Amino acid sequence: MQTRSWKRTLQSTIFASAVGLSISLAHAADTIKVGVLHSLSGTMAISETTLKDTVLMMVEQQNKKGGLLGKKLEAVVVDPASNWPLFAEKTRELLEKEKVDVIFGCWTSVSRKSVLPVIEELNGLMFYPVQYEGEESSKNVFYTGAAPNQQAIPAVNYLIDELGVERFVLAGTDYVYPRTTNKILENYLKNLGIGASDIMINYTPFGHSDWQTIVSDIKAFGSAGKKTAVVSTINGDANVPFYKELGNQGMSAEDIPVIAFSVGEEELSGFDTGPLVGHLAAWNYFMSAEAEVNDKFIEAWHSFTGDTARVTNDPMEATYIGFEMWAKAVEKAGTTEVDKVRPALYGTAVPNLTGGTAVMHTNHHLQKPVLIGEILEDGQFEIVSATPGEVIGDAWTDYLPDSAKIIADWTAPVNCGNYNIETQQCSGQNF
Amino acid sequence: MVRVGSFIFSLFFLFQVASAQTFDQGQALADASLKEKAVWMEKLASDDSEEATRILQYWLDGILVYWPQENRLVRGIKEGRRYQLQDLMTEEALGAVSSREIDRVKTNNSLRSALKQVLGSRQLGSSDRNVRLSAIAELKRRPDYKVLPLLKKREASEQDDQVARQLSELIGLVLLESAEANDQMEGLRRISGGLSPEVKDSLSRFLLNPNLDPGVVEVAQRELDAITRSLMYWGIGQDLFFGLSLGSVLLLAAIGLAITFGVMGVINMAHGEFIMLGAYTTFVIQQWIPATSMWSLLISIPTAFVVSGTAGIILERLVIRHLYGRPLETLLATFGVSLILQQLVRTVFGPLNQSVVTPDLLSGALDINAAFSVTYNRLFVIAFALCVLVTLWGVMQRTPFGVRVRAVTMNRGMASSMGVQTQRVDALAFGLGSGIAGMGGVALSQLTNVGPNLGQSYIVDSFMVVVFGGVGNLFGTVFAALSLGMANKMLEPLSGAVLAKILILVFIILFIQKRPRGLFALKGRAAED
Repeated sequence: MQTRSWKRTLQSTIFASAVGLSISLAHAADTIKVGVLHSLSGTMAISETTLKDTVLMMVEQQNKKGGLLGKKLEAVVVDPASNWPLFAEKTRELLEKEKVDVIFGCWTSVSRKSVLPVIEELNGLMFYPVQYEGEESSKNVFYTGAAPNQQAIPAVNYLIDELGVERFVLAGTDYVYPRTTNKILENYLKNLGIGASDIMINYTPFGHSDWQTIVSDIKAFGSAGKKTAVVSTINGDANVPFYKELGNQGMSAEDIPVIAFSVGEEELSGFDTGPLVGHLAAWNYFMSAEAEVNDKFIEAWHSFTGDTARVTNDPMEATYIGFEMWAKAVEKAGTTEVDKVRPALYGTAVPNLTGGTAVMHTNHHLQKPVLIGEILEDGQFEIVSATPGEVIGDAWTDYLPDSAKIIADWTAPVNCGNYNIETQQCSGQNF
Repeated sequence: MVRVGSFIFSLFFLFQVASAQTFDQGQALADASLKEKAVWMEKLASDDSEEATRILQYWLDGILVYWPQENRLVRGIKEGRRYQLQDLMTEEALGAVSSREIDRVKTNNSLRSALKQVLGSRQLGSSDRNVRLSAIAELKRRPDYKVLPLLKKREASEQDDQVARQLSELIGLVLLESAEANDQMEGLRRISGGLSPEVKDSLSRFLLNPNLDPGVVEVAQRELDAITRSLMYWGIGQDLFFGLSLGSVLLLAAIGLAITFGVMGVINMAHGEFIMLGAYTTFVIQQWIPATSMWSLLISIPTAFVVSGTAGIILERLVIRHLYGRPLETLLATFGVSLILQQLVRTVFGPLNQSVVTPDLLSGALDINAAFSVTYNRLFVIAFALCVLVTLWGVMQRTPFGVRVRAVTMNRGMASSMGVQTQRVDALAFGLGSGIAGMGGVALSQLTNVGPNLGQSYIVDSFMVVVFGGVGNLFGTVFAALSLGMANKMLEPLSGAVLAKILILVFIILFIQKRPRGLFALKGRAAED
């Protein structure tokens, strides 16, 4: 008797859970899944966590407007933990298991390079919101962050034209983005006539915390009679001890200014920025940009997070632009299928948060204004220079001889991300 | 009646005039572009009045604000979204307005450094010697020949020795800007032996000038060579200090491991997490005791010892004791424990880094001379490591407990036969090693990011030190930590941080091939097992 009633209970449990599962599965088919692939722990968590929150806010806002194509949006958040191979695994999980229709993710270029083979194999769609080194244009990735000609080159021009800098220290974290960007900048500087002895290049591992010798070397390098500046492509939480050491060794912005490409309001929040006043950053958006659409965005952000101390930054703006463009393209295409959404994206225009417009071009890049900002006491940035118009992103830089011949255009007739205009050939993969 | 009335009226009028600012182009200043602002600054710089000085000072401080409603410049202190306004001259409060109602007069790097120059020359006569010193330091950044008469006048009345020396060097730098050979020679004489970056910078720029007298060039080149040589020696000294400080960090991280590894032969992969627990203890204490006082740090040290020590004893009793004699299983088990501890911390405190504030006493640096400065926080870590070392040596050599630990390390069987309770010694030694790791974490919290992954950055370094130094005596660990720290810091300027680490690792791998037991291994038959 006992065994049979146990069997009965077991059977009914299985039946009930099967029904429940199928109901939830059926329900799941009624939502559009949005994948979020950002590090929530590890060395990059300091930068990427806020991007996850931004996507969640955009999903909530879109759902308030009624969702997309009559369905609600559902965010699927995974944590690749600043572990680059894990990014690839999580992408596969998002695309094969969770069946997301779009992914918003990645920060470091090494994480993006790890994701590329998976996303191209499974024909996924990713919006990449961070400034990067170029030299890539994947069919499945849309780059809403800055290419080198929208950040690095204008920043160096500012240093030379406005600050009279003649000696450069290129300091970066040791991975593909700083290495490639520094290669481009070194070529660019040499073409401008800056000698090799006036350029010092230096790489450190992720999470590097002992900056004593490097800062002391920078000081020594900077006392050779010419105005010196540091171009920093240091990523992640290694920036915290770096800026602390600058303060400790008394390297002020008036002596040797540091212009950073990966440090924004988020990285500076929770930091004593007193000693850093005057150091610079180059982005396409700052929280202090004066535009009504920016004020509205900041208000929405504060009410979503419930914390008026939260800051906004450039990758958040890029995430916002990417999301809005994707939503528009999905509505235009009438479906979330990647092969139909992609052509609908070209030419999509969305207002950016600095008062201009962002348009998606066929090389998968946007046009963006370039802003140079100086750090203020409260961790905000004062915009000291802005390009008069917007600069269209160039995936293949003109300053490296090999890349100058390559263009990216994913529409007919070229239909290729790395098309060599001299040999008239498409060279294929990016990874 | 009319007379009284007009008298009162004129008084009133006088009052208005007295309180009105003479600078009435606030709007033009606020709206000016950065280049135009530079022109405004020049105009204000030529105005010696108190009002102009105040405008320039507040502009530099970022609190100069234009108030359109009253059409004047005021002080504006930002509070959240609003600004507290104050009169420029009297500092009387004028009320609070929202940020939309005012126009902050912006500045940038070039303006800021020009403002500092102008204000610097005005502060040369201040009664506060620190203000005078910082004014001189500011003026050294861009020596301006026009200021020379003012400087010479100041030199005549300067009483303070240190200020006078700095002033003389400044005058020297300024004289280098002159076109006269006599002035240049006097300038070279005054700056002779000066090691500050400004001196080297100015000399280097001076020598680029093609119109110099050959005699002057010879003297200048000689000075520059002497300074460069001097800087090189001081640079080596600076690198030694950096090496010493890195060595002391490695020492604190590794010494606990040396004890646990030495006593029990146990490879404890959770050692890094004990360091991390110590760092988080500092963070927690800082939530209760304000971080700016030294007390929070001093209280964290014994607390971290207790916290990590207890965690170590628990680990030993629950896990390691059962795996005695099985090193591979111990390694795996402790690795698992390290993951558990990391996730525990992530769950309790969150995955992001926590900011541990450096107490005021330890912020900044001690300038031995212009070329050599030691930061207080690193000096503290070196001193702390020394104290820990001395205390540990005392415990090991002079206390009964230390004797028992050393006995068990040398020959467990014999010690047990002599009546030493080896199990108890194991647990306490493990606790001691972990406790010291915790104290190491307190020191590390001052130097680096405190996050759940802190331990992972130091576990490899700790093992490197223990393997290189050999197990069994403190001296081996000390020597290994210091030499690895120095080697790393000496290599870094030559090969870069990444390659330096790789070279050190390759060196240790090769070293172990020759001497598997490390530098200062225990000798004797019993030690061979």
